[in-house]
Amino acid sequence: MASEALLTVHDLACSRGERLLFKGMNFALARGELLLVQGANGQGKTSLLRLLTGLSRPDHGEVRWRGVPIASQRSAYHAEMRYLGHANGVKEELNPVENLRFAEGLQGRAFDAARATATLERLGLFRCLDLPCRVLSFGQRRRVALAALLMSKAVLWILDEPLTGLDVHAVTLLEGLIREHLAAGGLAVVTTHQPLNLQGVAVQHLQVGKAALPECT
Amino acid sequence: MHRFVLAVLRRDLTLAARRRGDWLIAQFFFVMVASLFPLGVGPEPQMLTRIGPGVLWVAATLASLLSLSRLFADDHRDGSLEHMLLSPEPTVLLVLGKTFAHWLIYGIPLLVITPVLGLQFHLPAEAILILEVSLLLGTPILSLLGGVGAALTLGLRGGGVLLTLLILPLYIPALIFGAGAVDGVMAGTGAEAHLSLLGSFLVLSLIIAPWIAAAALRVSVE
Repeated sequence: MASEALLTVHDLACSRGERLLFKGMNFALARGELLLVQGANGQGKTSLLRLLTGLSRPDHGEVRWRGVPIASQRSAYHAEMRYLGHANGVKEELNPVENLRFAEGLQGRAFDAARATATLERLGLFRCLDLPCRVLSFGQRRRVALAALLMSKAVLWILDEPLTGLDVHAVTLLEGLIREHLAAGGLAVVTTHQPLNLQGVAVQHLQVGKAALPECT
Repeated sequence: MHRFVLAVLRRDLTLAARRRGDWLIAQFFFVMVASLFPLGVGPEPQMLTRIGPGVLWVAATLASLLSLSRLFADDHRDGSLEHMLLSPEPTVLLVLGKTFAHWLIYGIPLLVITPVLGLQFHLPAEAILILEVSLLLGTPILSLLGGVGAALTLGLRGGGVLLTLLILPLYIPALIFGAGAVDGVMAGTGAEAHLSLLGSFLVLSLIIAPWIAAAALRVSVE
């Protein structure tokens, strides 16, 4: 397993409007490592994750993937990265299998129906495969989004509050998936407020906005 | 690359098939607006023939605006737009795919209805033919330019109204040349000049609009 860092962040600064969220942020993440981003609400965890995905641009500093700034290799980076944000990106009119089909198509890949079904069943969606996602519960839709994540075979997972809406079994399942992903040489950046059992995983902790509490203006 | 565009197209067409109400509303709106004019201005055939092409063209632009406000908004709301922007494929292709899907969903039914409405305005057969050709060239322009507006107003409160104010002025050239072509053929001066200009405007929008819409999308999502 290569030990050099794949994802590196150099002197990153981010602000929302007038308010500086963080500056001078540096970290390096190698294969098999998980970065757990912690911080109170409104401290910039989601903003940091969106910077890492390339959806928004930093005020200062840069994010590098395999040593190259992500802004100059958008396509190559996005082929290896998968982001799961607050919204699931699951279409309510489509059933879970169709959702995966389009998710794969939008990544420019051919669709493997058998694998999609297996992935969805692994995530406990046995009886929902032909139901439109509209009638699924929030947690079940979250599971569909996680299935899309698994299908993608991405090296880097960026998960924003992945545990939201998941029941105890699903949380255990997700912990297992993350472990498996890291053991296979993947990387993960995760924010969460809930305890995550990650025994045996190389976890880096990153506190966002740990400096003095910001005054609310 | 083509797989990506096809996936976007198939996705949007499937969604449209599951939500028929959404695009039928635009078509009903088109029919309603066009049908109100004969009731308002009276039934004299000469008058209706005179205003027919212009009325149908204005109704087509308004109907396109009605459906455009949701071009990116639904995907933005449920997070799938972010996933599409994070695809390895260029955002321009995403915009092209979605715009083309919009044209298929909104433009093609419009072309089917138009001859019937043309009869309502006492348009002669050759005028209806030219009207169809002008709409065939013109409705993609409306979808392409409207895509820019939809991307710019994404996530704004009251985005629909802003979209209308922003995009209607850009529709003016298409409206002038489109309605002008039909007027030309009825006045006996021919429609070629207007149709050529409309065609070149289509090519111009096809080359420029997706890039602007893609850049606007990135800014709106950030």
